[in-house]
Amino acid sequence: MSTNNLKWGSRVGLVLAMAGNAVGLGNFLRFPVQAIQNGGGAFIIPYLVCFLLMGVPLLFIEWATGRYGGQFGHHTTPLAFNRMSKFPIWKYVGVFGIFSNIAIASYYCYIESWSMSYVYHSVIGTFSGMDQHSVASFFDNYLNVFTSTTGIPFEAIVFFVLCIVLNTWVLSRGLSGGVEKVAKVGMPLLILFGIFLVIKAIFLKAGVDGAINDGTVGLNFLWTPQYSSLNNPKVWLAAAGQIFFTLSLGQGCVQCYAAYVKKKDDIALNAMSAGWMNEFVEVILGSAIIIPIAIGYLGIDKVIELTAHGGLGLGFRTMPFLFQQWGPILAAIAGAAFFGLLFFAGITSSLAMGTPVMSFLMDEFQWRRSRAATAFGAIVLIIGLPTVIFFQKGVFDEYDYWGGTVSLVLFAMLESILFAWVFGMKKAWPEITRGSDIKVNIIFKYIIKFVTPVILIVVFFSSLIRPANDDWSTLSFKGWKLHKESIIAQIRQENIGPNKEYFAAQFYSENDGIVDTIYSDERNNYIQITTNENSSKTYEFDKENLIVVKKGDLVKTGDEISTGKFVNNVFYIDMSRLLLVSLFGFICVLVFIAYRKRKKEGTI
Amino acid sequence: MNRSALIFMLATEGIITALTVYFFIKVLTTKPKLDPDEDSYENNDTKK
Repeated sequence: MSTNNLKWGSRVGLVLAMAGNAVGLGNFLRFPVQAIQNGGGAFIIPYLVCFLLMGVPLLFIEWATGRYGGQFGHHTTPLAFNRMSKFPIWKYVGVFGIFSNIAIASYYCYIESWSMSYVYHSVIGTFSGMDQHSVASFFDNYLNVFTSTTGIPFEAIVFFVLCIVLNTWVLSRGLSGGVEKVAKVGMPLLILFGIFLVIKAIFLKAGVDGAINDGTVGLNFLWTPQYSSLNNPKVWLAAAGQIFFTLSLGQGCVQCYAAYVKKKDDIALNAMSAGWMNEFVEVILGSAIIIPIAIGYLGIDKVIELTAHGGLGLGFRTMPFLFQQWGPILAAIAGAAFFGLLFFAGITSSLAMGTPVMSFLMDEFQWRRSRAATAFGAIVLIIGLPTVIFFQKGVFDEYDYWGGTVSLVLFAMLESILFAWVFGMKKAWPEITRGSDIKVNIIFKYIIKFVTPVILIVVFFSSLIRPANDDWSTLSFKGWKLHKESIIAQIRQENIGPNKEYFAAQFYSENDGIVDTIYSDERNNYIQITTNENSSKTYEFDKENLIVVKKGDLVKTGDEISTGKFVNNVFYIDMSRLLLVSLFGFICVLVFIAYRKRKKEGTI
Repeated sequence: MNRSALIFMLATEGIITALTVYFFIKVLTTKPKLDPDEDSYENNDTKK
């Protein structure tokens, strides 16, 4: 007998929780950066086309799959998929719907904890009087768990644990008493903070408060349509990827939330409302905050350079400095609004990641709600701590790549095939339209059957074999150079560089350049090697290791720069992969046990 | 802002805002079709 008696309090609460699930840090940090990196205005057209051809159909697929599974008491994807097909393999495909949530929550709660900490620092005026370099260094110090910016020892870990405890407590209150209440407070506040920042950004004036451009320069850059770029596959793939991540598709959260909707209640209108609300936050608020402010103070070229490694750097290393230009009081308000907005965006998403894990334990193992929530918190803490402690060793990026990127695309591709072709549109279409409060256009039936799976197959296979520099003309039967972020290159670890051994007595430079700076603090020695004015790399070594280069030396990739005892990043990367694979295997075993148990009880 | 960027931005934002508001109002105003005790939402329940 299942202990799962979770229920939504109200329809508005469900829609806001689902929108909160979709609205995440990516709406404010990933979307603008994708737009910048894909030619500004060029990006919006493919983005909207992908929303209609992939985003909306996948929303329908996931809502319908969830509600279908819920009818049989399966609130998570493994056994819901098992109901949709006789082939036993599908329940293990459904494992992704639990695995991804744990893997993502493990590093996502860490980013959430940065936002929490930055609200605190903005309010107490920590950034007041800091120059741009000091604000950037503050972030780097924060990431180092052994340094403290507040006097609290192991501050990064403390905020991380605080964040997990908060998530666990809200989850233990259930859907109507916890998740829904946070969404009902968080979403309106997020929109309010967003509108405040958009107004400030748009009305930036060149020459006032140190701005070099009007706020509209950034908007102009973002919105000038460049029709020629529609021929560029890179822009289309980036747009498809963004739609995918922004709607939290391929994760198992949408299915889980929708599983608590009764068989004859509407899902189509709910899906459209939550989906468009996410687009409102992303396109209207997300595009009009960091780009106009950053371009207003730093110019287009500098912002393109700063966003080369993603939006997190721009958000946490640069924005607090830019807010300082508005004076101490407005800076504190803007900082609290911006990081508060990121925090609410984060927590509404991480709660959605916890719900499938809890639901699985309650459905299949009859765990009480509070026990299931605590189990989720404990798992995230165990799996997440390596991302906090070994952030700079590449663990965070590994989790993000395998758990938060590849798994989602693979899962969505397979679920669209399951829904449209295995379960079949004859049964699938009524699952979408039953009880609907809007008329779902019949064209979506054909899009779901033919277009969406093809787009997802293309997205997955192009991620697999992505060529270097995104130059698709280099593809040939003789082979081609892979992009370092392609799945095959990642599996082969082509981006590891010259330090390929787990444990070594020598450390080799990973970039060409000139030894710019050598310095020490009480714990470490540092070497900064600069390739050119826009690119440098800082290496950190324990004090007992000997530095064998001196300032001004020219070094090439592979040249020895230090001797002693080294544990290279490849070790941490392989260990995090092992941890993720073990987690996936562990969930597979749990699903197998749950399936056998249900078979014995005759409930499957 | 140049004219094409302005038109493109206003048109996109207008469409997105209109659809967001339209669907959300529809969620708020659509009356439940099912018996309140049979639907998905706790607040509609008459039997507490």
